[in-house]
Amino acid sequence: MSRATAPVTASPETPDADRVLVRGGTVLDRSGERRLDVRVADGRVVEVGAELEASADEVVLVAEGCLVTPGFVDLHTHLREPGMTEAETIESGSRAAALGGYTAVVAMPNTDPTQDCVEVVEYVRAQGVRAGLCDVHPSGSITVGRAGERLAPFAELAAVGVRIFTDDGNGVQDAGVMRRALEYAGELGLVLAQHCEVSTLTAGAVMHEGECCSHLGLPGWPALAEELMVHRDIELARLTGSRVHLLHLSTARSVDLVRAAKADGVPVTAEATPHHISLTDELLSGYSTLFKVNPPLRTMADVEAVRAGLVDGTIDAIATDHAPHPGHAKERPLDEAPPGMLGLETALGVTRAHLDVDWPRLIALLSWGPAEIAGVADRHGRPVAVGEPANLTVIDPTCEWQVDPAALASLSRNTPYGGVALRGRVRHTILHGRPVVVNGEARR
Amino acid sequence: MSPGPARHLLSIAGTDAEQLRRILATAETMAEVGRRPNPKVPALRGRTVCNLFFEDSTRTRMSFDTAAKRLSADTMTLAVGSSSVNKGEGLRDTVETLSAMGVDAFVVRHRSGGVPWQVVDWTDAAVINAGDGWNEHPTQALLDAFTIGSRLGRPADMTGLRVAIVGDIRHSRVARSCTRLFGLLGAEVVHVAPRTLLAPVPTAPSTSDLDAVVGEVDVIYMLRMQRERMGSALVPAGAEYADRFGLTRERARRLRPDALVMHPGPMNRGVEMLVDPSDLPQSVITEQVTSGIAVRMAVLFELLGSGSDPEGAPS
Repeated sequence: MSRATAPVTASPETPDADRVLVRGGTVLDRSGERRLDVRVADGRVVEVGAELEASADEVVLVAEGCLVTPGFVDLHTHLREPGMTEAETIESGSRAAALGGYTAVVAMPNTDPTQDCVEVVEYVRAQGVRAGLCDVHPSGSITVGRAGERLAPFAELAAVGVRIFTDDGNGVQDAGVMRRALEYAGELGLVLAQHCEVSTLTAGAVMHEGECCSHLGLPGWPALAEELMVHRDIELARLTGSRVHLLHLSTARSVDLVRAAKADGVPVTAEATPHHISLTDELLSGYSTLFKVNPPLRTMADVEAVRAGLVDGTIDAIATDHAPHPGHAKERPLDEAPPGMLGLETALGVTRAHLDVDWPRLIALLSWGPAEIAGVADRHGRPVAVGEPANLTVIDPTCEWQVDPAALASLSRNTPYGGVALRGRVRHTILHGRPVVVNGEARR
Repeated sequence: MSPGPARHLLSIAGTDAEQLRRILATAETMAEVGRRPNPKVPALRGRTVCNLFFEDSTRTRMSFDTAAKRLSADTMTLAVGSSSVNKGEGLRDTVETLSAMGVDAFVVRHRSGGVPWQVVDWTDAAVINAGDGWNEHPTQALLDAFTIGSRLGRPADMTGLRVAIVGDIRHSRVARSCTRLFGLLGAEVVHVAPRTLLAPVPTAPSTSDLDAVVGEVDVIYMLRMQRERMGSALVPAGAEYADRFGLTRERARRLRPDALVMHPGPMNRGVEMLVDPSDLPQSVITEQVTSGIAVRMAVLFELLGSGSDPEGAPS
């Protein structure tokens, strides 16, 4: 195979480039899979073809044996800035996202101060732009200070681009408040996302309530606490006609409720995390706080039901619930240690290992499924076609690697997958036409 | 030190049955030591035992302290209220700091389940669980089994015995450890409690009818009912708990004459105990306390004694 020119094969040291040729890969988007090279310039896909020649001013990203897909979108990322920058910053979290193949993340609002006003939301967005590794879409909180009482200024926040609202970390406990929030936000075309947890049933809980917690002598978090709120919010969505997105579904019954609601035409969507399809409550038997997460790891029957929901479309998206915590916080006793695990850099490999779906369904769950829910489907999860925004992920599906917590880009180390061997890894990530990850390394 | 599977005593659940039987056997020797005019042996001379009590428990702490001293170990005690833990120092920093002073064994009590397992990760010393949250209190179960074995003249053998554990099973590390150890030694354990005070998935057969079992069992083990739990949604306020689950005079009269009445202490008179144990010939509650020293000596010797003669100097 001869090439007319001597283009630069990209390495992590290659200067910032906005003319890129992704060569040798198989494009996979909503319309299927086909062997195509992809030329990118000025932030857009400008040419696709079976054998494109690289020009001298182009950076070539080698994609032989790889899948070239629309960039991933995470509906559920805790970036911890402002307020908890010891755990993560918008820059470090964006780097982790880019390395995980994400070109857009929805930043959860449980920052300090809360993302409940224009100033904080604009700050988060600006920090995302400054980092330049991933589109950071701040969510807004549903209630002021996530206190569950007064509505956040939905329209003001919508005017600066916020599309998804949640009190994540807390569920909105008061059904009356949630009803009014749905009525108000619904007519603005916004999505309210719920952390489903009836908190009166989970006081002091550190793990799933069931046989395992009974043996371990740890306070339990019953599945019912999630399912009651899933049920309530489905009924509120039915009543108001407003869209509800259900965060991190973890129980079999929750999946059943959503399946039935969708069959009824209720405007509900749902996500599940890689950890809820790969880990079970039995992992708490060593009392490691790494496995404390909210909602908690459940039983194998729940894991299987959540997987089935992802396979049959009941659940629309994989979302990481990337939740960094500094080491000292996770070294506290189980009841004091904060819940949460890292997720961005392992989501692809873990989901691949634990979900029996083909590549098109997997990428749907990671890319265009969540892009639609996040309200970013005009820029992310797009077809890989001429004229489209060039937010792309190049996946090496056969790359085998081992998770080394210290090697992750996140400032925190709280992954439950340390030492685990995964297959499939992001090789390159292209954001707005520029390579931000090349050969598995972040460019900045 | 000889690292091996026997390095720590974290729970009955995770401990080899052989090792538990060995501890009970060693406790016989230690009990004999305790009856001497000078109840002290040099077995752990030069070793340091640190009592790390993040939750107040005077009797367990003093029991461990006495046990260590009778083995000639040096002891140090860190109890909440007199430590930097209150000043925000993390668990790990506390453990690492104390380890650096040269500790051979930590005796750990914490209100949160799992803390002894975390401590194991941060020290080379042996770790003994002296009660973690709702989870386990293995030395309590061992001293109870020892007490029963001594009274019945059949050490480490509870075959065929029926034991009722009565009260707040859900929140009880004592119940959890005792249920496991008694079962391991051949007993048949029944939990007696309202549903609200059982584990979410009960770990033994259960009933809420104390009257149905009180006259049948070989051992009735009354748990402490914390007063703060009365009147919460777990049990109704007022005397209802005592009426349904307390050891009343009426129930005491129905006990078999050869039954044993036990309580881990401290007792809540008027709640679970409505009779004075000193009026009950079946009570072995004082013997439990005495056994505690011998059993804890045996545990310390098991973990730190390196297989030497319990009465001799450390090898």
